[in-house]
This record gives sequence, structure tokens and C-alpha cells, in this order.
Amino acid sequence: MSSQTLIDPSDDVSMSLASNLAPTRRLRDGLFRVLLFASIGLALGALAVLLLRTWFDGKGAVNLKLLENQPSERPQRAGIQSGIWGSLWVTGFCSLLSLPLGVATAVYLEEFARKGRWYNHLIEVNIQNLAAVPSIVYGILGLAFIARGPLDWGPTVATAGLILALVVLPTVIIASREAIRAVPGSLRAGSMALGATRWQTVRKQVLPAAAPGIATGSILAVSRAIGETAPLLLLGGLTFLTKNPSGLDDRYTTVPLLAFNYATSPRAELREVAAAAIIVLMLVLLCLNGAAILIRNKFQRRW
Amino acid sequence: MRTIEQSEQQPVVRVTPTMAEVPSETSSSVLETRDLAVYYGQFRAVREVNLIIRQSEITAFIGPSGCGKSTVLRCFNRMNDLIPGARVEGTVTYRGIDMYGKDADASEVRRRVGMVFQKPNPFPKSIWENVAYGPKSNGLRKKGELNDIVEKALRGAALWDEVKDRLKASGLSLSGGQQQRLCIARAIAVEPEVVLMDEPCSSLDPIATARIEELMQEIKQQYTILIVTHNMQQAARVSDRVAFFTTEVSQDGDRRTGIMVEFGRTAKIFSNPVDERTEQYVTGRFG
Repeated sequence: MSSQTLIDPSDDVSMSLASNLAPTRRLRDGLFRVLLFASIGLALGALAVLLLRTWFDGKGAVNLKLLENQPSERPQRAGIQSGIWGSLWVTGFCSLLSLPLGVATAVYLEEFARKGRWYNHLIEVNIQNLAAVPSIVYGILGLAFIARGPLDWGPTVATAGLILALVVLPTVIIASREAIRAVPGSLRAGSMALGATRWQTVRKQVLPAAAPGIATGSILAVSRAIGETAPLLLLGGLTFLTKNPSGLDDRYTTVPLLAFNYATSPRAELREVAAAAIIVLMLVLLCLNGAAILIRNKFQRRW
Repeated sequence: MRTIEQSEQQPVVRVTPTMAEVPSETSSSVLETRDLAVYYGQFRAVREVNLIIRQSEITAFIGPSGCGKSTVLRCFNRMNDLIPGARVEGTVTYRGIDMYGKDADASEVRRRVGMVFQKPNPFPKSIWENVAYGPKSNGLRKKGELNDIVEKALRGAALWDEVKDRLKASGLSLSGGQQQRLCIARAIAVEPEVVLMDEPCSSLDPIATARIEELMQEIKQQYTILIVTHNMQQAARVSDRVAFFTTEVSQDGDRRTGIMVEFGRTAKIFSNPVDERTEQYVTGRFG
């Protein structure tokens, strides 16, 4: 059989693949691309300048003594040990409160809430809004109702942890919801069709399948809590303390608070310590973010 | 029974399902529907379905896409409950008990009426865990008993010989056909009375399909089977009875509702159907 011509040459079919866009449209296309690159370049450039500046300012003071020493006015003996312990206490308590509450809320909203009911809609809109509220507003709330006012917990680790839990809660909820939503419906249907209850389905199928996503989101949310400074300043977190906290009812300082204190010092050597504290903080955040990415890549499952 | 006069008052053309031979049958009925209609919000997906499903028979639902056959199938284990806005009218009874009655629990319904889905959906767990999941959910904890159930179910689903040495391997590591047999094993591990199959072979190759069909014949003595299929040859091969569904467009043309046109013995539906549309469909003139 002879090969047939697929396109009849008598048809008026243009075989040219050259662009038929008008020159002005092509120009606009190019211009837009340049603008997009410029904006990402600006953002990354500013970040790079800040990071490099901090690195060169503080690299001389990053050593084990920085972690071991308590804060001091004397540059040779200045460290951030109390801040590290304070950050651990505050962030730990914050995680203990926000993670179970956030995951439980996400499970309710995704698996049990009846869509379209006004109260569920209200909860959803509010969570979205709360995620965008500046943390200082939570600080004011905490000062009025928790540090003082009805609860009167004072300027303690518990107050700080509770307020930071409120700060990160919307993020935890939103990230957990995304993870739960990504679990395919066929898994739920398979479980329910075997006579499992909704709760059994959530506990045995949905949560294990969503766990990597929830972990990733939670780590990122907790990283935010570690770096928070503004609400703690309002809540009476100390910027200078030479003693580690010993419990939830103790006073505290955190790494960012100490960095804030050192950075406002008139002495250049102490400002170097501030830069070093920021480097330590950033290394911790980098590790946490790296862990989040690792978890995501390792356990990510495509259905 | 409704009369013709009543139905003529309705705005849509009514079709009387052919139920003539139904009452004369002797084998006991497991499931029955009476004037079943299913709504998704305001949309009526299917209406006036009257079916009697008999024990140890394979009943096939055939018909073009969108005619509501899967929707009806899902009424028998209340899977439509999981779809927001879905609503069932009329009655569905299991051995005379109203499945949607006040004291009917959806989980209990699903323990008696198992289901196999269109796409194999094993849990991302081991083969053993997949099969033991149902009995475990029902409160069984003893490892020995569970082992026995898992073996029995896998044998029942003709999968035991292929997987007995790797029960700890992930269910997702199996081939598509094996996954679907794992899903059948998982369903029969809870010892249901009825197994619903929603196009169980649509994602499988002909050899895997043949194995599933063979399996259906083997287990039909123990389990009453309902199967939705797009494949008329499959319905003709495996089923004892066929219900033919189609879509009916209302007179103003903007509403489409599924209806059951004809229900009867497979041989009769395929060789001598009562309704013209059934004949057109089974002879391949539409659908």
C-alpha cells in the first residue's frame, strides 16, 4: 500500500510554525517576564544582604561558649544559655497545646463538620482571618486576659506558651486540613464499606495517611513560634536573665529576646553576640525546615 | 402498586418496570426496594426503582452512563450517606428490615452488605492488615482468630496461593487484578451476606477480569452478589438476573433522571426483552 499524504496539498493549511503574535503583544509578554524576575530578584537580594551581613557580623562569636554562657554585660562572658532553655520551654509548651488542638480541629472540620452549616462556615472564615492577625495583637490579648486579668498567670513560661499556641494554631489547623484533604476518598470509602465507624476510619486510615503532611505543617508552624519576639515583649518576657526557667510558672527569656537585647547595646562586641545569637536561631530554623522537607519527600505518597 | 392514572399526572413519561415474573419466584429475597428514588440536593438522580434481590444469585445492573445504576447500588449499603446532600426516598429493606429505619445503623448495614469498588482501593498497609481490617474494626482482637479469618478470606478470593508467603508486603505492591481480589477478600472477611460490586473489572485487563468473573461464580453460593457493569457481555456471562436502567429526559428537556426499565432473568433480557429500549441497548443500538 502506498503511503498516503495525510494533508491534502490542495487544502489551504499553513505549515509555518512561526509565531503569529503581533510584535506589541510579544513585547508585552517579554516585559511582564522581566518584571516578574525583577520582583523575585529584589526579594531574594534583600534576604541575601541581610543574611550575609548577619553572618559576617556574628561569625566570630559563634562557638560553644556562646551556648554555654549565661547572658552578661561583658562581651567575653556573654552567652545565650538561658535563652535556649527558655525557648525550649516556651516552644515545647506551645507545641503541647497547639498541635493536639489544631489537628483535632482540622479533623472535625474535614471529617465530621457538616458543610454548609452556618456555624461551621463561621469557624472556617475565622480561622482564615486569625492566620493573618499580627502576633502583637495576640500579645495584647494575652497581657489583658492571661498575664493579668481573669487568669492572672503573670509573665511566665505558661503565659508565653499559651499565647504562642494561639499565634500558631491557625497555621497548624490550615496545614493539617490540607494534609487530611489530600487523603483520597477511596480510602475512606473502603474503610466505611467494611463497617468501620467514622472515628475508626479517621484513626486507622485518614490520620496515618495524613501524618507526614501534618508533621510538615506543624514543624513549620512551630518554627514560627521559635522566632516570635513581639508578643513576648508585651507579655513580660525578660530580655536579660541569667537563670534557666525551672517550670511553667517561672520567668523566662528566649533566644530572639536576648538577641534583641544584645542588638540594642551600645557596645559593638555585644552587637556581635546578637548577630551570633541570630545565626544560631537561623541554623535551628534551617534544620527544622530541612526536617520538614525531608519528611515531606520521604513519606509523600501519590495515589 | 401504583396505577397508570396516577403516573400520568406526573410531568415526565412513566415507564412501568417489568415485574411480572418477580412474585412467582420461590428463592428467598434478601434485598428489596420499593419506589426508591435518590436525590443529590435538588437533582433527582434516579426514581421509581422496584427490585427484589434473591439469595445466592448474581444480579447485574446494566445501562448507559448516568442512568443511576451505581447510585442504586450504593443505596444497598448506605454509601450514599457519605455524599453531602444525598437523600433516599422510598424503602430499601434487608430481609424485611428497613435499612434506613430509625434503629438501623449504617455500620451494621455495611457489615452485612459489603462492597468492592470500581478502582481497586487497598489500604496502604500490609496484605494481612488489609484483610484483617474489617474484623478488627468489628472488635476482634485475637491474633490466632484473625490469622484464620485472613487465610479463609484470601482462599475465598483465590489469592491465598499467590500471597501466602508475603502477607506482610504492602497491598499496593500487588498487580491490579490481585489488588481487586484483595479487596474482595477484605470484603468477605467480615462475612457479609451480600457483596456489591461497582464495575469491579473496569480497570482490569481481560485475564484479570476472567479471574474475577470465575471467582464470582465460586462465591455466589455463599454471597448474594450485585454487580454494576458497563460490559453487556460480562452481564450476560455472570449474572442470573439483569436490571436495565436508562436515562429519561423530561418533556421540557432540562431534567435527566435515571429509571429502571426492565428487570428479569438474564436469558430473557438478552434474548426476548419486553421493553423496546432494553432491546435497543442489548443489541448495541444505543448506549
